[in-house]
Amino acid sequence: MSKTKEKGTKIKRSPGDQAVQVLIYLLVAAFALVTILPFIYVVAGSFATERELTERAFFLIPKTISTNAYQYIFRTGDAVRGLFNSILVTVVGTMINMFFSCTLAYPLSRPYFKGRTGIMNMVIVTMLFSGGMVPSYILIANILKMKNSYLALWLPTAINAFNMIIIKNYFQGIPMELEEAARMDGSNDLLTFVKIILPLSKPVLASVGLFYAVSHWNSYFNAMLYISDSKKEVIQIVLRRIIFLTSSVATEGGFDWGAFGTPPQKAIKMATTVVATVPILLVYPFIQKFFTQGVMVGSVKG
Amino acid sequence: MGNQAKKVTWKQALYAHRWLYIMIIPGVLYMVIFNYLPMGGLVMAFQEFSPYNGEGLFGPFLESPFVGLNVFRKFFTGPDFLMLLKNTLSISIASLIFYFPAPIILALLLNELGGKYFKRITQTMVYIPHFISWVIVAALTQQMFSTTDGFVYQLMEQIFGRGNGPDVMSNPGLFVPMLIGQSMWKETGYGTIIFLAALAGVDVELYEAAKVDGANRWQRMWHITLPAIRGTIVIMLILKVGSLLNTGYEQIFLMQNSMNRGVSEVFDTYIYTKGVVNGNYSLATAAGMFKSVVSMIMVLGANKLAKMCGESGFY
Repeated sequence: MSKTKEKGTKIKRSPGDQAVQVLIYLLVAAFALVTILPFIYVVAGSFATERELTERAFFLIPKTISTNAYQYIFRTGDAVRGLFNSILVTVVGTMINMFFSCTLAYPLSRPYFKGRTGIMNMVIVTMLFSGGMVPSYILIANILKMKNSYLALWLPTAINAFNMIIIKNYFQGIPMELEEAARMDGSNDLLTFVKIILPLSKPVLASVGLFYAVSHWNSYFNAMLYISDSKKEVIQIVLRRIIFLTSSVATEGGFDWGAFGTPPQKAIKMATTVVATVPILLVYPFIQKFFTQGVMVGSVKG
Repeated sequence: MGNQAKKVTWKQALYAHRWLYIMIIPGVLYMVIFNYLPMGGLVMAFQEFSPYNGEGLFGPFLESPFVGLNVFRKFFTGPDFLMLLKNTLSISIASLIFYFPAPIILALLLNELGGKYFKRITQTMVYIPHFISWVIVAALTQQMFSTTDGFVYQLMEQIFGRGNGPDVMSNPGLFVPMLIGQSMWKETGYGTIIFLAALAGVDVELYEAAKVDGANRWQRMWHITLPAIRGTIVIMLILKVGSLLNTGYEQIFLMQNSMNRGVSEVFDTYIYTKGVVNGNYSLATAAGMFKSVVSMIMVLGANKLAKMCGESGFY
């Protein structure tokens, strides 16, 4: 997508035009810098001593490297438990998403599937209108009794209509001849789906899977609504608590601060932020490979 | 439907593609339970609903007394409605004016860049925040703007004087700018993708020809680049207008505190507080239904308008 302009033909630029070009570079660079500066600042701060954090307003490399904050959060256990819970929620949740989305997308992608318009309309209605938060909450909490169960984080969000349509469009793009050949060989619809369609759809499955995974990892509100058992807290809940409720960090855990005297309050906040962010940054290169196509198929009608 | 024309009868289709019909059961069940059943729950908006009425799981819905449009009347004439409408609209209109054009501008700037590597690196950087949770955005905001130790705050103290820096986290007047700033930081980069994708379809020769004909940078942008992304802009605008009442609760909920509640209480947070926290189910359901209905009408309306103006629309 970076081919709109090439430097092939050299037509002389006026000095004014060159100045504009430089300005554009500077603007884009400034924006990119503002985007990543907070991350660098937080990573740097998480490895700094509390003294340095109070003495120096801003730095990108701490003078003394300290891992105290990380030792603290990994010993007190909240963040670690949060991480494990988040991994569980994300992995199982994404598998559920993929199962529900693919099994709905495949029949809807077959032109010979009778009833497909009706069911597709059902999907579109859900994109335009919903019962809203309270009826869903009553359904999940009071009727299905899923409070304090991860089912409340998995099932109500099992299908995202946009993601499902991305998959469906991809299935539709696979040449029919492959399917017909399989049918000649005596394959039924299920075998064709599992043995031919799914393996051919790896790129879209990877990208949609990553979208689902990121949204599970980042989800805060549903966890707050439905999970109150502290043993089941996910990382976003833990992070929010540590960031906004400042006091309790000091005395928790019976941790010996040794030479540093006071626990590194600010560094602990930063370290928790880093711990919650790193998993996303680890998968980011993989997401990046796929997300362009995902956004395109999902949003632009052909 | 389809009693003529279709040669295949339902019976034949069900048998021939039985696996497809079995396969689609989970998805349809999902929609019925988690999308359509809650729509039935909207009946609460017309009742004086209490979960303790009636027997069994659905008893409360059947036994709670119907009160017609009373709940809506109470909601619209109550003291909260105008405040909610004002707060919600100030956030979404500010977002429409300042945040909506940001990805378009950045995409236009990126499109003017020549160097391949610089462009690729900056793109990689600006896409990252999209994948970060709102909790982390709130945490970063707190760490930068906190009046006790935020470095941006300390920087601003140097300009405004000690102790006089703007308290972004609790000053009600700065609440909307803070939200817009967060959204811009988080989504501007990622928002460019869709416009850059549309621009990738533009023939490079068009630019070359324009250059040869003496068109300057602005003329090329005006006559080639902008027309290429006009359809995309319209679609994004429709989506944005349709979600004018959906300010999104995660971000606002995280940034809401006792100091800024006067400006930060929007429909979404109100529905949560009234319904989930206070258990005033009927009122919260009515507020939610008002929001859903208005949003739907606006999406459909904007879509129709776009089609009338000759754009392709959303669907």
